[in-house]
Amino acid sequence: MKTVRFGKFRYVGDPANTCRIFNELEVDELVFLDILASREKREPNYSLLRDISSECFMPLSYGGGITSVEIAEKVLKIGFEKVIVNTAALRNPALIADLGKKIGRQSLIVAIDVRKGWLGQERCRGLSGRWNSGLQPVTWAQKAQSEGAGEILLTSVDREGTWQGFDLELVTKVVDAVSIPVIAHGGAGAIEDVSEVIKTAGASAAALGSMVVFQKKDMGVLVNFPETEQLRKALA
Amino acid sequence: MGNIGSILNMLKWIGVDSEVCDDLPSLEKAQKLVLPGVGAFDHAMSRIRELGIFDLLNRKALVDEIPILGICLGMQLITRGSEEGEMDGFGWVPAETRRLPDSSGIKIPHMGWNLVTSGKESALTLGFEEQTRFYFVHSYAVFSDTPETCILKTSYGVDFDSAIQEGQIFGVQFHPEKSHRFGAELFKNFANL
Repeated sequence: MKTVRFGKFRYVGDPANTCRIFNELEVDELVFLDILASREKREPNYSLLRDISSECFMPLSYGGGITSVEIAEKVLKIGFEKVIVNTAALRNPALIADLGKKIGRQSLIVAIDVRKGWLGQERCRGLSGRWNSGLQPVTWAQKAQSEGAGEILLTSVDREGTWQGFDLELVTKVVDAVSIPVIAHGGAGAIEDVSEVIKTAGASAAALGSMVVFQKKDMGVLVNFPETEQLRKALA
Repeated sequence: MGNIGSILNMLKWIGVDSEVCDDLPSLEKAQKLVLPGVGAFDHAMSRIRELGIFDLLNRKALVDEIPILGICLGMQLITRGSEEGEMDGFGWVPAETRRLPDSSGIKIPHMGWNLVTSGKESALTLGFEEQTRFYFVHSYAVFSDTPETCILKTSYGVDFDSAIQEGQIFGVQFHPEKSHRFGAELFKNFANL
């Protein structure tokens, strides 16, 4: 499934099969998010995760319904390197510390979904954008780091699926506020966007969604990935 | 200790039989060994002693001389010891494990893809191309006493040994099981030894 601003669900393909194509394209890392797990209050789909890890030979991260150390350990055991928490951590920040201690910081990503309100005020959202936690992104990022997050996956919900480029202001603000790596997500439409968010805004990595599953904006599904050489040049 | 599942997945995918050994009888039968590991140095060495496999591993490595591949922490365990802990390592390779130095613009742990450059020629790195890259996650790194045992080097703030070899004993700092065809090549080379 692919979304625009966390809405407008569009079917992209069978998840395991899509991941298999990304494996053939030799993508650097794969972030797999089950955006309905927390809303539906359920655990991860372990058998799907097993299918993915048995045929994908790159670092894998999973988010969606990670509410306890036990669930996180189960996901890691399947062959994922990192788990991603958002809603459960917003509800109970101590979960970050628990997870960090048990599975190690390097295996723990805290996802921060940011949406702007009517007056432009930025707030962190849970439940795939539906719940406003009231927290500001910088404050929450610093809290997540001090609790034991190893990385931050920062999503601009307003840009997600729009192909308009990353929210550079938001990314810069969060990167400057923490020392752990920040993965920027939401808005990428071209390789120049990737280079800008890494070189100008200081993100450690960029996450791509629509750009790698559609031919172009509003066009058909085409799972793709930039060539290594092309990426190397863009980031040099 | 570490992600054994991912290694089994990769070996299965390239058509190599493997099983998990954690006791003496299963280990006794092994013709080749992969020693994985993620976590703390002393914790891993203590576990190896608790499981009662320390002496057998030494015999497999030094007397039977079967091929052994240490991955990540597994590579560090086959050095003399690590700055991370107090306990001795296996010491099969004349090298030691030290913390990656802090320097500006360098985030520790070293996490992500990085290139390797070749050191001493080895059967493990046969057919590697110029731009061969692997996935790394580590805060400590291995430094050989002499260039003789360094088969791949990587640069991250400092030049460290990303792969070492002493006879039939090998160690790699990166995760070949998470490194696409580059990792598959390495495992195939190891299986063909």
